Amino acid sequence: MKQQIIVSGIGGQGVLFLTKVIAQVAVNRNIPVLTSETHGMAQRGGTVLSTIKVGDFASPLVRTGQANLGLLLWEANLPVHRSLLNADGVILINAENPGEGTRIDAAGIARSLGNAVLANLVLLGLAVKEQTLFCSQDECETAIKQLAPARFVDQNIEAFHKGLATIPAK
Amino acid sequence: MKNKIELLMGNEAIGQGLIEAGCQVAAAYPGTPSTEILQAVIDRSNQAIEPLHIEWSVNEKIAFEVALAASYTGKRSVAVMKQVGLNVAADPFMRTAYLGIKGGMLTIVADDPGPHSSQSEQDTRLFCLQARVPVLDPSSPAEAKDFVQPAFELAEKYETNVVLRPTTRICHSRQNVAINTPVALNRQADFVHDTHRWAATPAFLPALHRNLNANLEKIAAETNWQPRLTAGDNSRPRTALVASGIVYANLVDLLDELDLSNAIDLYQVLMSYPLSPDFSQQLHNNYDRVLILEETYPVIELQLAHPGSRGKQNGAVPREGELTPDVIHQALADFLDLEPPTEKSAERRGQRPSLCPGCSHRSAFYSIKKCFPKGIYPSDIGCYTLGMNLGAVHTVHCMGACISQGAGFYQAYQQDDGEFPTIIVTIGDSTFFHAGIPALINAVIQQARIIVVILDNSTTAMTGGQPVPHMGFSAGEVPTKAVAIEPLVKAAGVEWLEVCDPYDNEKFEEFLKQADDHIRSPEGGVAVLIARHGCIMDPAVRKAQESFLVTINDACVGCRICVDKFECPALTMDEDNNVAVVDQDRCIGCGTCIPVCPVNAIIKEEK
Repeated sequence: MKQQIIVSGIGGQGVLFLTKVIAQVAVNRNIPVLTSETHGMAQRGGTVLSTIKVGDFASPLVRTGQANLGLLLWEANLPVHRSLLNADGVILINAENPGEGTRIDAAGIARSLGNAVLANLVLLGLAVKEQTLFCSQDECETAIKQLAPARFVDQNIEAFHKGLATIPAK
Repeated sequence: MKNKIELLMGNEAIGQGLIEAGCQVAAAYPGTPSTEILQAVIDRSNQAIEPLHIEWSVNEKIAFEVALAASYTGKRSVAVMKQVGLNVAADPFMRTAYLGIKGGMLTIVADDPGPHSSQSEQDTRLFCLQARVPVLDPSSPAEAKDFVQPAFELAEKYETNVVLRPTTRICHSRQNVAINTPVALNRQADFVHDTHRWAATPAFLPALHRNLNANLEKIAAETNWQPRLTAGDNSRPRTALVASGIVYANLVDLLDELDLSNAIDLYQVLMSYPLSPDFSQQLHNNYDRVLILEETYPVIELQLAHPGSRGKQNGAVPREGELTPDVIHQALADFLDLEPPTEKSAERRGQRPSLCPGCSHRSAFYSIKKCFPKGIYPSDIGCYTLGMNLGAVHTVHCMGACISQGAGFYQAYQQDDGEFPTIIVTIGDSTFFHAGIPALINAVIQQARIIVVILDNSTTAMTGGQPVPHMGFSAGEVPTKAVAIEPLVKAAGVEWLEVCDPYDNEKFEEFLKQADDHIRSPEGGVAVLIARHGCIMDPAVRKAQESFLVTINDACVGCRICVDKFECPALTMDEDNNVAVVDQDRCIGCGTCIPVCPVNAIIKEEK
């Protein structure tokens, strides 16, 4: 099993947390994983990109046209990062309006839970529901519980479940 | 504990490796991409079997010297910094090559090819070549950790400082990493006096230099650090690929994707300097063509001096920027005469970063720009570099440079006809402690008439909130003495000093005008205004300040001042209706944008 995933957003949207959850699932399943992340100044609201390579890889970086799955938390990043996806690559986007890719108003759903940042886990829920990720629901929940601060676990799981239960626009 | 696998960032893996190797003194100054290394040492220090002193030093030179003296006592130590931090530590670093060390000492220097978050993309390996210090170049987070223990052993065997050089893509990558039990070295501090060495005068240096060169020859031949060969099937005879660091990892994946794994001899260089002479000889004898892929400068290439080499020197490989998988794909295709890559690149650049909603630096910059629209604004390294988005930052150079540059601007202008523009320097609190204090003293004694605004958010914000000397706690939140800014400023001879929260624009602007009056008065000199408001990323700061529901009413005329000139990320234009709107997901309800609106359309209500 090999999968190359990109997670795209802007600083402050929880791209790193989403990246860590997916990578933690791989570690828990004892399969090799590599991620690369954006830290430093770009985290101050600028475009951030994480890449995740699951399976037998040496480098965490994704070459143009090689990603199987794109999780986009910021719709405006589509023209920035689209080129990383391969021809059959699946794109899941947090977006209010219809358009390219499979769309879900993850921020709107997250807002109804009290915090727009939870959009990251809503999108993860959708990715699992659409069977686009190597991870199962249970595996993601275990990883979320491992990584989230105790007081946020319930809220995070709830957001993840909302994503699992939503029927997206395609 | 044994054989446990964790998902670790490269920096965390290195930090874990330091604890496992029995490191007892760890000192660093934060800087992307190196910061999380010391943080990991702090977070994991409970695993340490023996005493472990950890410090966020005031700057990299100090971190290096603290670790160095600890090594003189026979203990293992480390100094951690980013690549430009090594410039600050250059003085002790260069001399350490000659004098050597006792207990294993590593200098971990994180490079930033790209650069992503730095003022240059200089190559620490080239610095090491100049300093004559061995440098290791890991290709993954797990390998970076695996290098730590043997690097200490190498350092102790030759009594030499050893540099471990990860790059951003190692530091900020995560991987499955095996956790091991820390070793107990049972070392007691024992500084053996050897004045001819530890205080070597010029008379003793030629012998030390000779010893250094002899050691480097032996180190270059060390079996454990020889380049690793993955042999090809001889389908492309007398041709080889040589790579190091993350570029090697990128190359491995690329060869796999192109179905060229094991089709060509591939060498991974582990120690970029000193390069193994046997390896060099082997390459000269056995290959006609060699493609060399390394970040960022041609360090292996220069040492190899192979007549058939293709790399940065002949332009076969780009001389600047990261060697991403796409970049090396092109270089490999050219070298092996493969079909060139056809994939398209990004259609657009990403969104630029900006100061956080509610950041007090924004308010300070807005007031500075408003009071002195024709001023000169030297600034410095930190979040507040982003003041350039507001047009309130004209120069950014290196840590602490802004004060000296401000003074230099003053001297150059005033010598013409005595007239000078208002020069308003902005420097963060951590940068002030790092390198601002000598510059301030210099500006005072040279009678520079400048305004220095110390943007004091009480933390090292850009790198994630490391402690600063005036907060009264050190690494790991351990209480310590607080060294306040105000008495330091006064002791530097500054006669005009005020402190103000820039959220209070009116008062802040009044102080700026008074400061300008002072620098232009007959007795005037440097004026210092401390703009003090906690970093908004600190939850305690957020909690302590009032928060309102901020909205924009019908009075908005679409002038864009709040969006473009104030540049809060929570304010955007509704282009269809030509009005500004508040993005409630990002607004923190600070209300600092309210005074900015010329028609009073931004309003606040109690939540």
